[in-house]
Amino acid sequence: MTTSSPYIGASVKRLEDRRFLTGTGRYIDDVKLPDMAVMAIYRSPHAHARINSIDLAAARAVPGVIDAFCAADIDMDLPVIPLRLAPFDGFERFLQRPIAQDKVRFVGEPVAVVIASDRYIAEDALDLIEVDFAPLPAVTSVDQAASGETLIHEDAGENMGTRYTVGRGDTDDAFSDAPYTRRERFTTNRHGAVPMETRGLIAEFDPDAPLLRLYGATKVNFFNRRHLAAAFDLPEEAVELIETDVGGGFGARGELYPEDYLVPIASRRNGRPVKWIEDRRENLTATNHSRDIVCDLEIATSNDGKILGMRATVQGDMGAYVRTNGGVVASKAAQFLPGPYRVPSFSCDVQFLITNKTPVGTFRGPGRFEANFCRERLLDMVAADLNIDPAELRLRNLMEPAELPYRIGELVPGDVNATFDRGNYPSALNQLLDEVGYADWKDRQGEIIDGRAHGLGIACFIESSAAGPPETARVTVAPDGNIEIRTGASSVGQGTETGLAQICADYLAIDIDRINVLHGSTTLVPTGGGTFHSRNTVMAGNAVRMAAEALRTRSIELAALRWNTDAGGLEYRDGAVHRGDDPGSILSLAELAAFARSRGPDEALAADAAFDNEGKLSYSYGAHAALVAVDVATGVIEVKKYVLTEEIGRALNPAMVQGQAVGGLVQGLGGTFLDHMIYDEDGQLLTGSFADYLLPTSTELPEITAIALEESPSEFNPMGFKGAGEGGIVAVAAAVGNAVVHALNAHGIQINDLPITPNRLRAALRATGT
Amino acid sequence: MKPPKFDYFAPDSIESALTLIAEHGDDARYLAGGQSLVPMMNFRVAAPSALIDLNGIATLRGIKVDKNSRLHIGAMTRTREIEMDSTIASANPLLHAAAPHIAHIQIRNRGTIGGSLAHADPAAEMPGIVLACNAEINSIGPAGPRSIAAGDFFEGIYSTALQDGEMITEIVFPPWPAARCWAFQEISRREGDFAMIGIAAWFDLNETGEISAASLTAIGAGDTPLRLPAAEEILSGQPPGDVLFAEAAQAAVNELDPGSDLHASAEYRREVGGVLVERALKTALQREAPGYTA
Amino acid sequence: MTEQHHLTLTVNGRAHSCDVEPRMTLADCLREKLDLTGTHLGCEHGVCGACTIIVDGAAVRSCLMFAVQAEGAEITTVEGLADGETLSVLQQAFHDNFALQCGFCTPGFLTTAETILAENPSPTRAEVQSAISGNICRCTGYVPIIDAILEAAERRRAGKK
Repeated sequence: MTTSSPYIGASVKRLEDRRFLTGTGRYIDDVKLPDMAVMAIYRSPHAHARINSIDLAAARAVPGVIDAFCAADIDMDLPVIPLRLAPFDGFERFLQRPIAQDKVRFVGEPVAVVIASDRYIAEDALDLIEVDFAPLPAVTSVDQAASGETLIHEDAGENMGTRYTVGRGDTDDAFSDAPYTRRERFTTNRHGAVPMETRGLIAEFDPDAPLLRLYGATKVNFFNRRHLAAAFDLPEEAVELIETDVGGGFGARGELYPEDYLVPIASRRNGRPVKWIEDRRENLTATNHSRDIVCDLEIATSNDGKILGMRATVQGDMGAYVRTNGGVVASKAAQFLPGPYRVPSFSCDVQFLITNKTPVGTFRGPGRFEANFCRERLLDMVAADLNIDPAELRLRNLMEPAELPYRIGELVPGDVNATFDRGNYPSALNQLLDEVGYADWKDRQGEIIDGRAHGLGIACFIESSAAGPPETARVTVAPDGNIEIRTGASSVGQGTETGLAQICADYLAIDIDRINVLHGSTTLVPTGGGTFHSRNTVMAGNAVRMAAEALRTRSIELAALRWNTDAGGLEYRDGAVHRGDDPGSILSLAELAAFARSRGPDEALAADAAFDNEGKLSYSYGAHAALVAVDVATGVIEVKKYVLTEEIGRALNPAMVQGQAVGGLVQGLGGTFLDHMIYDEDGQLLTGSFADYLLPTSTELPEITAIALEESPSEFNPMGFKGAGEGGIVAVAAAVGNAVVHALNAHGIQINDLPITPNRLRAALRATGT
Repeated sequence: MKPPKFDYFAPDSIESALTLIAEHGDDARYLAGGQSLVPMMNFRVAAPSALIDLNGIATLRGIKVDKNSRLHIGAMTRTREIEMDSTIASANPLLHAAAPHIAHIQIRNRGTIGGSLAHADPAAEMPGIVLACNAEINSIGPAGPRSIAAGDFFEGIYSTALQDGEMITEIVFPPWPAARCWAFQEISRREGDFAMIGIAAWFDLNETGEISAASLTAIGAGDTPLRLPAAEEILSGQPPGDVLFAEAAQAAVNELDPGSDLHASAEYRREVGGVLVERALKTALQREAPGYTA
Repeated sequence: MTEQHHLTLTVNGRAHSCDVEPRMTLADCLREKLDLTGTHLGCEHGVCGACTIIVDGAAVRSCLMFAVQAEGAEITTVEGLADGETLSVLQQAFHDNFALQCGFCTPGFLTTAETILAENPSPTRAEVQSAISGNICRCTGYVPIIDAILEAAERRRAGKK
C-alpha cells in the first residue's frame, strides 16, 4: 500500500497549539472538581535523621484544615514504589515507601500530609507541625557512601545499591601490550529535568464503588495503574489514570512517586477529591535528579591512535532510595562509554551508591550525556598526546558501515541481544565537519579574536530509542466524518497529537483537520506502553499506521456489505471506497461510519492495532561541534556557534524534529554551564530555588544549525523512524568541554568536571599561572 | 509557596503611611515594588504582620533635575522608568547604563530604586551606583525627615541606616559633568543575574589632563557595595593611561575582601574585580577620548 | 487578623468582582477566583516568567503582586490576546514558527512579547533576545520564539492587525 504522503515528512503546523496559545489548555492545576480539597506535604528538613515523634495537633486545629496525617495514621500496609527499569538485584533493599516511618533519608522526603480548603491554609498548617528529629551524619558523596561508615538503610548493611561488571574482549591483554594508555577521572553535575510545570495530581477515591481516578498522570499510565491498583487492593478496571495537558516531562515526570500514593490516601480518608500541586521549592528536592556520576576511565591505543581497549569504573550517586528508574543512569553511562567507536575490548565496573540526597531517575539521554562527556574528553587528550588531529582520530576509530550490525549485548544487563543497527557513523561526522568549517578551524585553535580565545570542539554520539512494550492505537470514524485516534502513548508537549494525525491522515488519505487525537489516559484504550526513550513516533506512530490500514480494509468490507457486492472489486482511495465497476459510486468514510452504526449500537467503523518492535531498538547517531570564545581574564565563555548532525531515520515532521534538537541542545548547554543541584556536607540542597538553580535563558544562545539526516532508516519499524528526542542533548557537554580546552590550548588546562563555570575555569587557569 | 497572612493598607500620602506604620508596630513593613520582598514572603522567610503599600503615593515618584543640576529621583520610581528616561540618560549616564542590568524587564516594571536601596543586596546595581555617585538618600520616619549620605547608608547584608518606620522618599544625585569619563561592568552567570562582581567607575579630568576626581565602586564584593579608596587614591592627580590603570587595578585587588558563595569564590571575585577595574577605566577613558586605544 | 477585601478587577476589558484576603497573589486570584487559568505558576518567586501578565501596559510577574494591589488597573492576560476566534498576529506567528511545545511558558511569553512590540515595533534580534530573557522555556530552546516575535513585528509593520 502506498500513500501520497502530503503530511508525513512535512512540517505540518501543530494541532495542539490553539489551546496553548489562547490560555485554554488544561494542565492539572487548571482542573477543578466539586468539593475538592487541597493537599500540602511536610517534608524532611534533614538529610538523615531518626523521627522520634510527630505532633500534628496544632496543624489540625487551624481553621480550614480538614485532615492531617503521617505514617502512623495510615490504615494500610505502606507499599514500596516499584522498580520499572533496570531492576538490578540488590535494589530491592533500597526502595522507598510513600511516607517516612522511623527515619528520613533525604531533604524533601515526605513526613506528614495536611489537607485543607486551600493551599494558603495548608501551608499555614505545615508551619505548625512539630517533628522531633534526631539528626544523623549525612552521606553526601559516593566515596563516603562506599566507605559504609554511616549506613542509610541499616538492614542492607551497606550503601552499595548494587554492583556489576560488564565487558567484552580481554582488557588486561589490551592494556598490558598497549604502546599508549591514559587514565582520567571525570565527574558530572547532579541536575535534572526541571520542566516548567511542576508535578500535580488530583485523586478521587471512592472505595465503595470502587473507583480510584487519578488526574495528572502521564508517561507510563498503564504500568502505574497496575501498581497503584495492587497497592490499593483494587481491580485494575477500578483505577483510572487521566492524562491532562502536561508542561514538559524530559524523563522525570510520570514515574511513580510518593505523592501518587499519598494523594489517593488523602482522598480516601476524607471522602472527597484531593488536589496536590508541587511548588517549585518542592520540585527541586522531590522530583528525581539525574546525571550525578563519577567515572574513572582509561583508554589504550596503538601509536596511531587506534583504540585497543577501554576500562572504567562508573559510580552513580543514586540518592537515598532507588525508585522506578532503577539503575538506568549509571548502567547506560557504562553501556554508552564506547560510543559509536570500534572498541575491541572493554570492561566496566558499575556501582550504584546510596547517599542522603534526592533519588535519581532519568533525564533526557540518561547516562549518555555523562558517558559522551567522559569519552570524548579523553579522546581529545589522546589526540593531543599522539599529535593526531581530533577529527582524524575519531574517523580512524568510528565503526564503518560494513561492521554493522554490531552486538553490544555484553554491555547491557537484561538485553543480551542489544545490537547497533545499520548506519554510517563516519558520514554523520564528515557532514558535521563540513558544515562547521572544521578544515578552516583546526589550525586556528586558541586564536585570539576581539580579546577572546577561540576554540572548536567536536564529539560523536550514538543513542538508542523506542524501547519498551508495544503501543496501541484505535482509530474510529464518526458518522460526521471526523476521525478520532486514541492511543496509550502520552504527550508531554512534544507534538504527539500532530505527529499521529499526520500518519493517520496520510494512510486514510484525508484532510488532517478532521482528526482529533486523545492520548495517555487509561480510559481511552485497554492497554498502552507509554512515552519514554523517545518512542512515540516509532511505537505509537506505527500503531496508528496499522490501525489506519486496518480501517481501510474494514471500510472496504463495510462498503461491500452496503453495496452487496464483492470486496474484490472495491478500492480505497482519497478517503473513500470506490467501485471498480461503477466509477461514480463512492462511499465516504462518514457514510460508511453511519452505515456501520445502523447495523447495531455497538457497531462502528473503527480499528485497533498494537505495534511491537520486539525490543529491537534503533540507534540514532551523529556528531556535535561547538565554537566557543573564552575571556581568559574572567573565565566567561560564550558559545558562538553550534552545529549538530543527527541521523533519525526518517523525519515525520521536520520542524518538530528541529524543535527537539534545538530544545535538547539548549538544555544541554544548561547542563554544561548552569544546571547544578549542589548539596552541602549536611545534605542540605543549596540550590533550592531558581535564584540558585540556574536554567538557560534566551541570551545564552549560540547560532545553531541542527541537521537531521535521513540516510539510514530503521529496519525495525515499517516507517523507518528512529526516536529524535535526545540526540540534541547527549553530546553537548562533550563538544563544549573539548572546545574550551582547545580555546585555552596556550594554557594547558583540562576540563574533567561539569559544570564548566567562570569560577572553575579561573581556578584552573590560576593553577597554571595565568 | 504561599505567603503568610498580613493586613494590607494602601495610603495615598506619606503622612498616612507614617501613621499606619507607627500603628502596626515592628512587624509592619513598607511594600515598594515587591520584587524582593514578595518572593521572601512566598518562601515564608519574611512574614510581616502588615504591609503598607507605597505604590499609591504619587509624591514618591518622579524624575527631575533642579536648578543646581542635581538629579532627583523619587523612591518609588520604577527601575524601568530610569532605564528608559532621556533626562537620566544625560543627567547620570552611569545610572542609566546600570539599570538594564537589573534582572529582567518584568522585574524592572515593578521594582523601584527606593526599594532596591532599602533591601540592600550587596550584589545589586542600584546600591552600587548611588554609592559610586555620592548620592544623598532622603528619608522620612517617625522622627521626621533626614538626608543620609550614600556612604553612610549601607551597613551590612540587607541592612541599612534606615530606622524602624523610616521610608526613603527620594534620591538626589550630585551634578554630573558632561565630560565625565564613566563605565559600568559586571560579571554574572546569565544576563540579568546578580553580579558575581561588578565595578562602577568614573573620573573627571582637569584642564591639564590629570584625573581630578575618581570613583571606583565594587558590587558583589562584600556585605555592602564598596568604594575602593586606595585605588581611587592612585588615580588621583595622575594623567590617565594603561600603566596607571593597571596600578589602580592591583590596588583594588588588594583592597577587596569578598566572600565566597555557590557561584564564585572570594579569589574569583577579587581577581576579576581587578580585571573589571582595569577594563572599566579603559572604557571610561575611551568614552571621552575616542582617540585613545586600550 | 486579616479581612477580606472586596475588589473589582478589570481583566481583558471586563469588570470582575471578588473577595480576597490581602495575601492572595494576583496570579492565584486570576486562576482561582476569576477562573482564568491561562496564567501559569512556574516558580512563585519571580524568576521563570510563566505568570507574566500585562498591568497598565507593563509586563509584570503576577506571582509577585497581590490581588489587592490590582484594583483600578487594566489587566490583560493571555485569554485577552485573541480577537474572538481569531488569533492575534503574535499568536499566529508563534503557531507558524513552532514557538511552543508543551505550552506551559507560552502565555508568559505572549504577554511579554506584546509589551515589547508595543514599545518597540522594530526590535533587532538581539533586542528581542534580551527582552525575553526573563521568561524561561524548557522545551523550545528559544530560537523559534525569537523568530516568531520578529515575524510578528514584521507583519504588524506591514499593516496586518
